[in-house]
Amino acid sequence: MDAVIDDPNIVPDAKAPVPGAIDLRAEFSSSGLAEVFDQLDRELVGLVPVKQRLREIGALLLVDSARKRFGLEAVSPTLHMSFTGNPGTGKTTVALRMAEILHRLGYVRKGHLVTVTRDDLVGQYIGHTAPKTKEILKKAMGGVLFIDEAYYLYRPENERDYGQEAIEILLQVMENQRDDLVVILAGYADRMERFFTANPGFRSRVAHHVDFPDYSAGELDAIGGRILETMNYRMDAGAQEAFRRYIDLRMLQPHFANGRSIRNALDRARLRQANRLFNAERPVTADDLVTLTAEDVLASRVFSGGIDSYPPLHPSN
Amino acid sequence: MRLTQGAFSFLPDLTDEQIGKQVQYCIDNGWAVNIEFTDDPHPRNTYWELWGQPMFDVRDAAGVMFELNECRKTYKGRHYIRVSAFDSTHTWESLRLSFITDRPEEEPGFALERQEVDGRSIRYTTRAYAANRPEGARY
Ligand SMILES: Nc1ncnc2c1ncn2[C@@H]1O[C@H](COP(=O)(O)OP(=O)(O)OP(=O)(O)O)[C@@H](O)[C@H]1O
Ligand SMILES: [Mg+2]
Repeated sequence: MDAVIDDPNIVPDAKAPVPGAIDLRAEFSSSGLAEVFDQLDRELVGLVPVKQRLREIGALLLVDSARKRFGLEAVSPTLHMSFTGNPGTGKTTVALRMAEILHRLGYVRKGHLVTVTRDDLVGQYIGHTAPKTKEILKKAMGGVLFIDEAYYLYRPENERDYGQEAIEILLQVMENQRDDLVVILAGYADRMERFFTANPGFRSRVAHHVDFPDYSAGELDAIGGRILETMNYRMDAGAQEAFRRYIDLRMLQPHFANGRSIRNALDRARLRQANRLFNAERPVTADDLVTLTAEDVLASRVFSGGIDSYPPLHPSN
Repeated sequence: MRLTQGAFSFLPDLTDEQIGKQVQYCIDNGWAVNIEFTDDPHPRNTYWELWGQPMFDVRDAAGVMFELNECRKTYKGRHYIRVSAFDSTHTWESLRLSFITDRPEEEPGFALERQEVDGRSIRYTTRAYAANRPEGARY
């Protein structure tokens, strides 16, 4: 659907003077990218390889737009990506930032993120899938479409599965409307690999594969700190010590979901704190209200050999 | 005879780029964009067929252009297609903009009919030549 311009003399950008040289560093700060990456470093714990990849992609795009200004025709780069990693490793969080980065660089016009799973794309009966998929695609245009657990789109055991129809529409739009939206596929590494093997069309359209490693205990502790900070809570020394032990135990248990398990554990600690304050039957100070103590953490079933509540209290996002 | 209904109809047909910009303007104003089509060009035919649903939650014109191209696949050359934008703000609650994006290749136009009534009086009415044929077979 390339725009047709009536008058061949009106070529956009024709009047923009060709610069002598472009200072990439200056571009980097003036585009606001420097700020986004700094924020990324500050707010997201760990994820070194991921941040590195994002910087690389950012550099590619900057160079690309510099080339364009010299009149070096660059085919607009394929920006579709796949994010692989275990639950709670920050894929959704980073996808949000990715949308912002691409927006700042002018690769998506609006910079919003539409998060979907199979159910949002695939219908229940014949003729239901195409309109559903198209509806989502329209919504995502100008921004980023994030497909969580993308492999569920493909059900090889059922050859009549409607997922195939959604896949075909997606592939078509990913190819023909690269300027209109960026698709990020996310999921666990091994299943994504199988998905790409079975759907070479996707593999060839996805240029960037970003792997999200599991967090170390230290990183999880730091993530807990960030989360508490944003919620305006803090832990006293005893609670901190208990929380570290909690992390070590919880990491070994089934259904461990990295950052999300931390968030859920903190939510439960807040619940216990609220109960403790309520039952104390004495007036509370501001300090009481923001402080989590050791007993708020230690009451967790994890310490008595139990499993912390599953499914998580909070729906995955 | 070139049909002139809605905005911009005295200009040359808008390019897709121009349509996209108008659509983005509508979206930025918070209006719901619709795609409509008809093969009855009579100016009193205000209710055109709606293609799909009104687009309330599309953020970028590309989404609307996608749907417009789908509509074209079915009706281009055989029907008129227009884009309209509905403002749901209280006290507006009506269309704010409407313009034709696609028209049939041949537009035979309208016949003016004079009906002599009540002695020397004459009533005028217009009739689209295309409407002589049944719906769907007009262009
Ligand atoms: N590096 C990090 N720094 C700070 N917080 C983080 C980090 N990684 C994850 N979190 C927190 O962990 C939670 C889960 O992260 P997120 O939803 O991005 O994971 P996910 O990889 O999308 O998980 P899933 O695969 O289950 O959808 C979020 O609440 C987020 O705030
Ligand atoms: Mg997620």
